[in-house]
Amino acid sequence: MTTANRPGERRAWVHIPLIMMALFYLLPMFIMLNTGFKSFDEVGLRTMWNLPSALSFDNFSAAWEALRPNLWNSIKIVVPAASISSVLGSINGFVLAKWKFKGANVIFPVLLFGMFIPYQAVLIPLVDFMSDLGLAGGTWGLVLVHVVYGIPITTLIFRNYFATIPETLLEAAKIDGAGIFDTYRRIMLPLAIPSFVVVFIWQFTSAWNDFLFAVVLTDTEHWPVTVALNNLAGSQIIAWNVQMAASFIAAVPTLLIYIFLGRYFIRGMMSGALKE
Amino acid sequence: MTVASTEIQPKPKRKLWQMENWWGVLWVLPSLLAVMVFVYGFIAWTARVSVSAWKGLLADYTYVGADNYVALHSDARFDIDIQNTVIFTFVFVLGCLAIGLGLAILLDKGIRGEGFYRSLFLFPMAISFIVTGVVWRWLMNPAQGERLSGLNLLFDKLGLDFLVNSWHATPTWGIAAVALPAVWQMSGYTMALYLAGLRAVPDSLREAARVDGATEFQIYRKVIMPLIRPITLSVLIILGHISLKVFDLIIALAGKQVALDVPATYMWTTTFDGFFFGRGAAIGMVLLASVAVLVIPYLWYTLRQEKGL
Repeated sequence: MTTANRPGERRAWVHIPLIMMALFYLLPMFIMLNTGFKSFDEVGLRTMWNLPSALSFDNFSAAWEALRPNLWNSIKIVVPAASISSVLGSINGFVLAKWKFKGANVIFPVLLFGMFIPYQAVLIPLVDFMSDLGLAGGTWGLVLVHVVYGIPITTLIFRNYFATIPETLLEAAKIDGAGIFDTYRRIMLPLAIPSFVVVFIWQFTSAWNDFLFAVVLTDTEHWPVTVALNNLAGSQIIAWNVQMAASFIAAVPTLLIYIFLGRYFIRGMMSGALKE
Repeated sequence: MTVASTEIQPKPKRKLWQMENWWGVLWVLPSLLAVMVFVYGFIAWTARVSVSAWKGLLADYTYVGADNYVALHSDARFDIDIQNTVIFTFVFVLGCLAIGLGLAILLDKGIRGEGFYRSLFLFPMAISFIVTGVVWRWLMNPAQGERLSGLNLLFDKLGLDFLVNSWHATPTWGIAAVALPAVWQMSGYTMALYLAGLRAVPDSLREAARVDGATEFQIYRKVIMPLIRPITLSVLIILGHISLKVFDLIIALAGKQVALDVPATYMWTTTFDGFFFGRGAAIGMVLLASVAVLVIPYLWYTLRQEKGL
C-alpha cells in the first residue's frame, strides 16, 4: 500500500475504494490476531478493538493445546487424499483429452455433474455404505470420500490442461510405438507438473476446509480441525479469545499455501467455474 | 481453443488403435465406477429412502409414496427454510456481483499494486467457512447496551451509531446478516471471474468507442457489459448453487437455530439428530433438484460451446 499515494499518479482516486475494501477483507484477520496476541488479563469484549499492550501467547498456546490432535487428524486425511486425487485426476484427464474413445464425450459431463451436487443428497447412503465397509469413524474413510468426490474437479483441471498439448506430440509417440502407458508416463506426466501443483493444493484446501463429510463420518477421536473448531466455538467452556486464536491456527495451513502458491490456487478456482 | 476445422482426419491405421481405445476405457473405469456408485447410485438410494417410512435407527423401506414430500409442503419449518434461502441468495448473489464487478472495473484500469489488491481480495477463498463463521460470530455479536461488542462496538466508537443492529438475531431478516460473511468470502472470486472477462475485451473496441465520443460510463454500459454477459451468467449460476448449498457457515455462525434454518441444515439435523431418514432424504432430493435445474443447462451449454469451436 506504500505505492498507493504516489503523487502525480493518474486516477489516484481509484485507490480510495480499493483501500476501503482491503480493510473490509482484512478486518476478520485483524480481529483474530489482535485478540490472539493479548494476554488473558487484557482480553475483553468491550476492548476488542484496542491493540495489545504487549505480545502474549496465552491464547495461541491454549488453542494449540485444544486443537493439536485434530490438526494431526486433518493432515492424515488431507495429504493422502490430495496425493491420490492428483494421480487419479491426471489419468482421467489424459485419457479423456487425448485418447478419445467412443463415449468420452458422454463420460466427461457425467463425471463433472458430481462436483455440483449438494452432498445432502448422498449423505444417508454414504454413511450406511462406509459403515458397511468398516470405514466410518476413522480418517481413512474420509480420505476415500475426498478422493471420490474430488474426481470431477481433478479430472476437469487435468483434461483442460492436456487438451492444450499439441496432437503432434502424441502422434509422434504413437509412431514411435509408445503405448498408452508410456505416452502418459514419459511425455504427459513431465509436462503436467504445474497441473499437479494446481490439483494437489486445490484438493488439499478443499479437504482441509471440509466440514460436512467429516462431521458425519468421523468419531470424536478422529475429528479434523474444522469439526473440532466448530465444537469448541459452540461450547460455553472455551473463551471467545481462545476461539479467535484457534480459528487462526485452523486457517494457517491453507493461508500459507495461498501466500506461497496463490497463482496455482487461483487457477484451480477458475476451473471450478468451468473457466480457464 | 480458437482453432477451427483443423481436425485430423481418421488415419487408415485406425484398426490398430481400436484395442488402444479399449485401454482408454479401462484407465478411466475405476473413477467412472466410483462416481457411478458414490454419486448416481447414492442419489438413487436417497430417492428410495425419500419414499420410505424410515424413521428411527433401524432402516425401514416400507413404500409410502410421496408422503415425505407432501409433509414437507405443509411443514412450517420448511417454509422458513425456503424464505431464508431466498433472502440469503438475494443478498449474497447481489452483494458478490456488485462488489466483484466494482472491484474488477477498478482493477482493470491497470493501476499500481494491482497484484497486491487482487491477492488480498481473494484470500478469503482459501479459508474454511467454519473459520469464517466462528470469527464473524464475534464480529456480529448482537448484544446491545453495556455488552456491545464486535462491529457494533466499532460503529459506536466511530460515531456510526445508526449502523448498530442485532445482526443475525434480527427476526425474519437475520439470515441476511449471515450472507454478509459469505459475501466477504466469495466476492473476491467474483472479482477474479469478472477481471478475466474484462481483460479478454480487446482494447481496440474501447478505443473505437472513445473515438466515437463515448464516455467511460457509456463504454462500460454499452460495449463492455454486453460482451461479458456470459461471465455474469456463469457467476450467477456458480454463486446461486453455492447459496443453495450453504451449510457450514450457518452452523459455525449460529448453530442449529430454527430462525436461521435452510434446507441443507434442516436435512442434517432432522436426519442425524432426529433420525427422520425419510424426511431427510426428501429434503436432500429437493435440494438436488434445485441445484440440477441451475447446473445441468449450464454444463450442457458450456460443453456444447467448447465442442462447437
